[in-house]
Amino acid sequence: MGSAPKTSAYLRTEEAPLLPPPISMVGIQGWVLANLFPTIGNGIVSIVAGAFLLWMGWGILDWAIFSAAWSGDNREVCAAEGAGACWPFVQSRFAQWIYGFYPIDQRWRVNICFIIGAAALVPMLMPSMPHKKWNALFLLIAYPLITLILLTGGHFSITPAGFLNAVIILALAATFLPLLAFGIEEGIQSNRFGLGLAGFGILVWLASFVIGSSVWHSGLGSFSPGSIAAAVFIGAGGIFGIIQLRGTGSGAQAWRNWLIGSAVLLGLMLILKFDFGLEPVETSQWGGLLVTLVVAVTGIVASLPLGILLALGRRSNMPIVKTFSVVFIEAWRGVPLITVLFMAAVMLPLFLPEGVNFDKLMRALIGVALFSSAYMAEVIRGGLQAIPRGQYEAAQALGLSYWKMMSLIVLPQALKIVIPGIVNSFISLFKDTTLVSIVGIFDLLQIVTTSSNDAKWASPQTGTTAYFTAALIFWIFCFSMSRYSVFMERRLETGHRR
Amino acid sequence: MTAVSDAYARPKVSFWNDPKIRSIAVQVLLLLVVGFFAYEIVDNTITNLTKRNIATGFEFLNKSAGFDLIQSLVVFTSESSYGQALIAGFLNTLLVSSIGIFLATLLGFTIGIMRLSRNWLVRSIATLYIETIRNVPLLLQMFVWYGVVLKSLPGPRQAINISDMFFLSNRGLNMPDTIYGEGAWLGLAALAAAIAGVIVLRGWARQRQAATGQTFPYVLTGIAMILALPVLGLLVAGWPITFDYPVLGGFNFTGGTVIIPEFMALLVALSVYTASFIAEIVRAGIQAVSHGQTEAANALGLRSGPTTRLVVIPQAMRIIIPPLASQYLNLTKNSSLAVAIGYPDLVATGGTVLNQTGQAVEIVMIWMIVYLSLSLTTSGFMNWFNARMRLVER
Repeated sequence: MGSAPKTSAYLRTEEAPLLPPPISMVGIQGWVLANLFPTIGNGIVSIVAGAFLLWMGWGILDWAIFSAAWSGDNREVCAAEGAGACWPFVQSRFAQWIYGFYPIDQRWRVNICFIIGAAALVPMLMPSMPHKKWNALFLLIAYPLITLILLTGGHFSITPAGFLNAVIILALAATFLPLLAFGIEEGIQSNRFGLGLAGFGILVWLASFVIGSSVWHSGLGSFSPGSIAAAVFIGAGGIFGIIQLRGTGSGAQAWRNWLIGSAVLLGLMLILKFDFGLEPVETSQWGGLLVTLVVAVTGIVASLPLGILLALGRRSNMPIVKTFSVVFIEAWRGVPLITVLFMAAVMLPLFLPEGVNFDKLMRALIGVALFSSAYMAEVIRGGLQAIPRGQYEAAQALGLSYWKMMSLIVLPQALKIVIPGIVNSFISLFKDTTLVSIVGIFDLLQIVTTSSNDAKWASPQTGTTAYFTAALIFWIFCFSMSRYSVFMERRLETGHRR
Repeated sequence: MTAVSDAYARPKVSFWNDPKIRSIAVQVLLLLVVGFFAYEIVDNTITNLTKRNIATGFEFLNKSAGFDLIQSLVVFTSESSYGQALIAGFLNTLLVSSIGIFLATLLGFTIGIMRLSRNWLVRSIATLYIETIRNVPLLLQMFVWYGVVLKSLPGPRQAINISDMFFLSNRGLNMPDTIYGEGAWLGLAALAAAIAGVIVLRGWARQRQAATGQTFPYVLTGIAMILALPVLGLLVAGWPITFDYPVLGGFNFTGGTVIIPEFMALLVALSVYTASFIAEIVRAGIQAVSHGQTEAANALGLRSGPTTRLVVIPQAMRIIIPPLASQYLNLTKNSSLAVAIGYPDLVATGGTVLNQTGQAVEIVMIWMIVYLSLSLTTSGFMNWFNARMRLVER
């Protein structure tokens, strides 16, 4: 077959040139044809829908920009017939909507909190930024402390009894350090004397509760012979515990952790007590977006650890722990937030002993935190259930303890799966913060409502403009959170799907 | 040899490391802590209540309330008791929730299906609706409906008049009241008969389809029966229904019945807000049905209508219904926001009673019991439903 193959004249030897696609399939025309006018009925629908969108878009644009009043200093500019949005009103009140009744010369403190928060949050949210662990620690521990001091003015009155209690807790921790360093069995053997002293101290302490009429007045709230004796015994136990750890390698590490923990705890108390010379600002003077953010951030920060604990409790094998978690979660999830807030407002004062009282904002914060932690627990439980059993079994086969298994193997995977769910519950928590206005806290919505009733600016458009602005602020926060969750969902898709 | 087998049978675990003993210790500790807090709370509450001279117990429910409700399904005057006020409030909660659930489902399914439309504009409108409504707090929307939209309606004198029967003003929607005369029970009886008939018809149609493969349009027939039979019954009784029309007199309407603006605002806000969530559930549910199902149905020769109705929707419903039920529950719980605009639901009347009597513990307990039993009933129903609808696999 050396010769070239014979081809008939009627067989084509070259490919025909490619024709361009039909004009109705490409470009704007093709898109319009495929998406708007595929059939006649669909075309009519498109025309109606397009007209509706144009009409609405024009209405909003006209109201918000073209017929809107842009300058003026009282209601006259806005009360005109056919006038649109009343922007001068928003301009004159905007600062109040952000800061509430926070003293004007102190607003820089709020600004610093906003700036530090944003500066710490942005790198936290960007997956490419390094040092996530330190960033998270700053956001969860240092930042709340900074804002607490800046916003309230610090200089909290921490009684000497408070410090005594902290020292007792630290001494107790020191007593138990040998148990951590040597393991339970050996630890008990090596530190029998210290444990015995501490145990006796605890008994004395408990006895002082029984003798005194109220816990706060005998044991936790102030000095009493019982609590001082208990502190002495427990402290002695702690010293013995520390002595046992001399020289051992793991002992040195346990020592170091204990020292760091003590320094942080006492340091925090001292910082809270320290007088920075800031003018104290009552929480009743806070308001507007500031309160909305404080409530939302507190709820978010508190709900994550509480939610993780509750979710673990619900999945636990221990019947009492499980029952407790289920009852707690279902009880909070079964009732509306507003009844929880009412409860925090009217019942919490009844639950607390004489003389102990939280202010209004604090009570609402407690209610919001407990409520959102129940929702968070259910989200995280979903993630825990999604982790295959093999992961748990592999971790146990490696000899990891329960907490190591959870913190190193299960939770990192489970939390990753439920990031969208977590962000969703952040969004609903952020929207739910508006409910605190019903128990008389001046959040953004409440302050906007109040100021739109001002006689100086009374016009048909005042309320609309005020609510439009507030809605826009809420929308920006919630929408960006939901976009971020979509972004993370895509990024974390590590290809488990087949 | 026995020593070895013993060691295999029961590994020696020290007392302190035995997981059983540890778990018992942890649980006892938890019980002690919880018990301690419970004791402290109860003790403090009793001390505080005695100090403020507040009697505990539910006797206050029999006392005369001394306030009026702007809307009540049962007869309620200011001489009625606190207990009756709470019942009226609870009925109002049920009323607004059930109508709200109906409207939200209707709107939500419409928007959800629009979101899947091939038409880009229709799809965009649905997306715009969902992304706007979902990201703005419900309370703010409620204030807008109540304080801006309904307040800007004209007063009763300039009310929007719809064929002299319906008058929409800032006092609410006035509309004719139906008065049932002698023999109206015949219409009701006919309605009951129609419903029973539809159930029987449906059973028969299904049986026939299972046996012969022939279908029967029982949905259309059923709707016709439900509409026609009561009318027939009333005609037999000599049309004993009359209407009481609202008439403008002085500064407000007399006669007829009125839907108060608080109710309208709450209802619209709840329906519109919940619909945006339902729409997303519906979209996700329909998209979750694999495309192979549609293709298989097409291959069997089903047209697009029956494909959707008989193949896609039944499978999508399995996915849609559990989150849908939790949205219904959310709507019911969110109806407690009524307190912000003054609609007398359970929480709002409870709040008034609380302010008058100071019985905080009892009122909060009633709230919690009512809402908890509502949500536990729903979740019980959902568990039953999930067990029933679960895919039966080999």
